[in-house]
Amino acid sequence: MSKSLLVISRQAPWSGPSAREALDIVLAGGAFDLPIGLLFLDDGVFQLATSQDAKAVQQKDLSANLQALSLFGIDDVFACRHSLNERGLVSPASAQPLSSEQIHEMIDRYEQVITL
Amino acid sequence: MKFAIALFSAAHAPSSRRALLFAQAALAGGHEIVRLFFYQDGVYSASSNIVAPQDEQDIASQWRAFVSEHQLDGVVCIAAALRRGVLNAEEATRYQRSAVNLDAPWALSGLGQLHDAAQAADRLICFGGP
Repeated sequence: MSKSLLVISRQAPWSGPSAREALDIVLAGGAFDLPIGLLFLDDGVFQLATSQDAKAVQQKDLSANLQALSLFGIDDVFACRHSLNERGLVSPASAQPLSSEQIHEMIDRYEQVITL
Repeated sequence: MKFAIALFSAAHAPSSRRALLFAQAALAGGHEIVRLFFYQDGVYSASSNIVAPQDEQDIASQWRAFVSEHQLDGVVCIAAALRRGVLNAEEATRYQRSAVNLDAPWALSGLGQLHDAAQAADRLICFGGP
């Protein structure tokens, strides 16, 4: 059986390639049908903000890639509730908000973790 | 134990040195390294164009020597490397760039190699940040 992997994405979408590169790991894993989870934590939750205008900072919009997650069979998408609250954001339906305790349990549950 | 080692930081970052020391200790302890995978700024740790000051350690060259000596599978993510200007001869030709700064023992390949290594290993150990 395949080992499960949790990718923790901690960077805002405009702070460099980190957000995109975390997502690329997830999408590549989905293409191989691996059991992958994605958690947005700290500034990573900014990737979930609605009505982003990536063009205004001459960046590519990542949100279309986020929508591709379910097409790649990635349904375990989570967001840290504390990080969302700190930044005044609301999680979209595609990401399940979790408490710190739930995040602790989840990190224990996954066999491998990559934090970017 | 079988380790997969992922590195996300450049040769001048202390975490690149820590990853190298970990890898050396793993082999010295009789463990196996199924693959080294350099991603994000980790691709700079494989650059052959780094010139360290004489009184500082040349971690990129130590990585190269370590991988060669133990004939390890050293993979540099191609998408991350292209974005950061770390090119082998083939990619420099393909994109008509004048500089080549990646050569043997490193191989450029895709993220599938990270997943493959993580699946094959007992433990995936990641190094990044400062």
